[in-house]
Amino acid sequence: MEGIIGYGASIPRNRIKVEEIAKVWGADAPSYKKGLLVEEKSVPSPDQDTITMSVEASKNALKRAGIDPREIGAVYVGSESHPYAVKPSGTVLAEAIGATPEVHTADFEFACKAGTEGMFVALGLVKAGLIKYGLAVGADTSQGAPGDALEYTAAAGAAAYLFGREKVVAEVLETYSYTTDTPDFWRREYQYYPQHGGRFTGEPAYFKHIIGAAKGIMDKSGLKPADFQYVIFHQPNGKFPFRVGEILGFAKKQIDPGWLVNKLGNTYSGSSPIGLTATLDISKPGDIVLIVSYGSGAGSDAFVLKVTDRINEVRDLAPKTRELLDKNKNYLEYGTYAKFRHKIRKAE
Amino acid sequence: MREVAVIGVGINKWGELWEKSLRQVFTEAAILALDDAGVEKIDSLIVGCMSSGLFVGQEHISSLLADYVGQVPVPAARVESACASGGLALRMGYIEVASGMSDVVLVGGVEKMTDVNGNEATFALGTAADQEYECYHGITFPGLYALIARAHMEKYGTTREQLAMVAVKNHANGSLNPLAQYPFKVSVEAVLSSVMVADPLRILDCSPITDGAAALILCPVELAKKLKKPVVKIIGSGVATDTIALSSRREITWIESTYQAAKRAYAMAGKKPEDLDVVEVHDCFTIAEICVMEALGLVEKGKGGKAVEDGLTSLQGKIPVNTSGGLKAKGHPVGATGAAQAIEIVKQLRGEAGPRQVKDAKVGLTQNMGGSGGSSVVHIFERD
Amino acid sequence: MPTPSRYWREIPQRYRLEAGKCKNCGFVAFPPRQVCPRCQSRAFETIVLADAGKIVTYTIIRVPPQPFSDQAPYAVGIVDLDDGVRLMGQIVDCAFEELQVGKRVKIEFRKVYQEGEAGVIYYGYKFVLA
Repeated sequence: MEGIIGYGASIPRNRIKVEEIAKVWGADAPSYKKGLLVEEKSVPSPDQDTITMSVEASKNALKRAGIDPREIGAVYVGSESHPYAVKPSGTVLAEAIGATPEVHTADFEFACKAGTEGMFVALGLVKAGLIKYGLAVGADTSQGAPGDALEYTAAAGAAAYLFGREKVVAEVLETYSYTTDTPDFWRREYQYYPQHGGRFTGEPAYFKHIIGAAKGIMDKSGLKPADFQYVIFHQPNGKFPFRVGEILGFAKKQIDPGWLVNKLGNTYSGSSPIGLTATLDISKPGDIVLIVSYGSGAGSDAFVLKVTDRINEVRDLAPKTRELLDKNKNYLEYGTYAKFRHKIRKAE
Repeated sequence: MREVAVIGVGINKWGELWEKSLRQVFTEAAILALDDAGVEKIDSLIVGCMSSGLFVGQEHISSLLADYVGQVPVPAARVESACASGGLALRMGYIEVASGMSDVVLVGGVEKMTDVNGNEATFALGTAADQEYECYHGITFPGLYALIARAHMEKYGTTREQLAMVAVKNHANGSLNPLAQYPFKVSVEAVLSSVMVADPLRILDCSPITDGAAALILCPVELAKKLKKPVVKIIGSGVATDTIALSSRREITWIESTYQAAKRAYAMAGKKPEDLDVVEVHDCFTIAEICVMEALGLVEKGKGGKAVEDGLTSLQGKIPVNTSGGLKAKGHPVGATGAAQAIEIVKQLRGEAGPRQVKDAKVGLTQNMGGSGGSSVVHIFERD
Repeated sequence: MPTPSRYWREIPQRYRLEAGKCKNCGFVAFPPRQVCPRCQSRAFETIVLADAGKIVTYTIIRVPPQPFSDQAPYAVGIVDLDDGVRLMGQIVDCAFEELQVGKRVKIEFRKVYQEGEAGVIYYGYKFVLA
């Protein structure tokens, strides 16, 4: 069987509350909180970026997998905030964990879907027998334009997954991917902030693709919503995952364990992957889990996983995601947040 | 080995010398030393300078300064040991005379630090530390001594006030030194309320950025007597190295290189700490003076702070330290400091220190140090 | 500050904390070196340092050197790692009031600095309170 042999997350300590952002822009905080179902989001420190969070998440995944990093045959980082436009994040990660030099490395991008993309490919190489272990990370330090709706949710975090055939923690039973060209959210080269299609990002974008992928994978696997213990959807805000869950026939309690966005914000390529780590943390052997990501452009990747007995042996070997989310928080005021996020123009 | 005497000293007013270039600053001091010695021609020139390259983009200053002092084709060398460059120049000149290689040697030091901005100066000074494993992490010179200060305070109970008292004492002495960069007094309150540079060290715990030079003329003792000069002999010379990285030291609060250099100098001179009448030490930061007092054996390990508080090292104390004002008040043009310390001791032993004079000073010691203690140079002088 | 080659050469140390252990007397050199300072032996083996330790001393840099001019104030400390090796590094992600000699810290991979908007990004180890 092939599947996840190790998983781990990395979430920065800093947070900023919706009220703090709304205060600066003269917006109505309660209606933003109600409309987005988001209370606060994570903010990376100035010395954290997609690469550093990928390294920390991968170290946690390695703690759970207990493998020799030199045997990792592929290292993939999916993000829409790679630190370099040209020079891979993956090579820094591969060096940091000691997987070099005999390793395939690539950076992925597909807005928020880049994390599961890497997972898709890493799993594929393991299944094909081309590599022994594959590492895929979804990580972002996304930016929201000041005063824009996205500023309330654009957050930072990373999740890492090691795939292999031995000592599997969660077997991958099925995969599916649903893609169309749908320009709902984009950023042109040399632009600092992304743009989005407003309400167009809802039904024709997020909902269409998540529903397409979820229905597709359920048809392919012959499973129905009730067959799953848990489901994790991409979380651009607090409401969409519950709405799409309702449309598809999932219950709130199936979505809750992986629903972190109200306290974390939207970690873009980290969103559903981090949600999955939190779900695995509380799962039991035999649980069937569905994860459906979404990335603007647009597409959704879906995985059906079956948790094995091994979850009981590994879950405590690295920090649990809810602990990273709930403990040791450092609340920022807008000024410090703006400084950390390089939104303040300084002298050349 | 011949006995070596100092027959001439030259030092200019130190400060931010906007109108003077590096070569002008050094030449000024060199001329003063030559005139004081009454010699016109030298056999060798040795100059100490930490970083003329980074500060003014100039290397090859051995020849440059030999030329500007009017002594070409004299053999010349520039030596570097971070902030101990001046002391090292003195050491190398001493060896040249003692060995019989040369008779009249001009030794000195210079640093021109104000042609770069503050951040660049901080970077240049930081090159005394481990570039890849200390500076890479953002440490600065004051930062290194702040690490030592906190450790000393934790281990021995040294207080913030005791550190401030070093600055107060040195400024009190400096106020009597017309050539000092900051010839004025400061109070403990002023030190404790000055702006923080690297916790717990504040700006008044730190020696300043200074332009300046200092030069001495060395010759064999018989020649000094023949020239009818007051004979101040160099009777001990000791140098020692240590790791430049602070984290590699055995004990962060103990300056082993000073201990080793002093041990060698004391042995060579046949002297002990109790024999010293006046001492010039490298107070790049207030905590440095406290650690050096301990390493020189002037006080027991850990008791430096208390000793300063008790007045042991004041001008009127049992063993006056830094009668010149120290680096703190006199200024710290890095490469020149070691030479200037020697000049103060020579003046003390000649009886020429004016209001700073220590009565009947016969034996004096200079201690010059590089970086956070990676190198130390100790010399002992005696009046004949 | 470092050129790509100077930085790249130290990657095994900065990213993976690879050190050299003297085969003769057990002295651990970080960074690795060719001659043991204790016994002058030339034979070393590669080991990886511990990833946690305690604060020996620390300071807060308020007047930074050129490359760090936009980062101040920041804390730098010396840490005794659990394997006995001492390292200098920044201590981050905590209020300065939380710093104390003796507190436990662990190593995290962080950005150390970057050369403006167009230059290389330099990574390495930093400490966070454990």
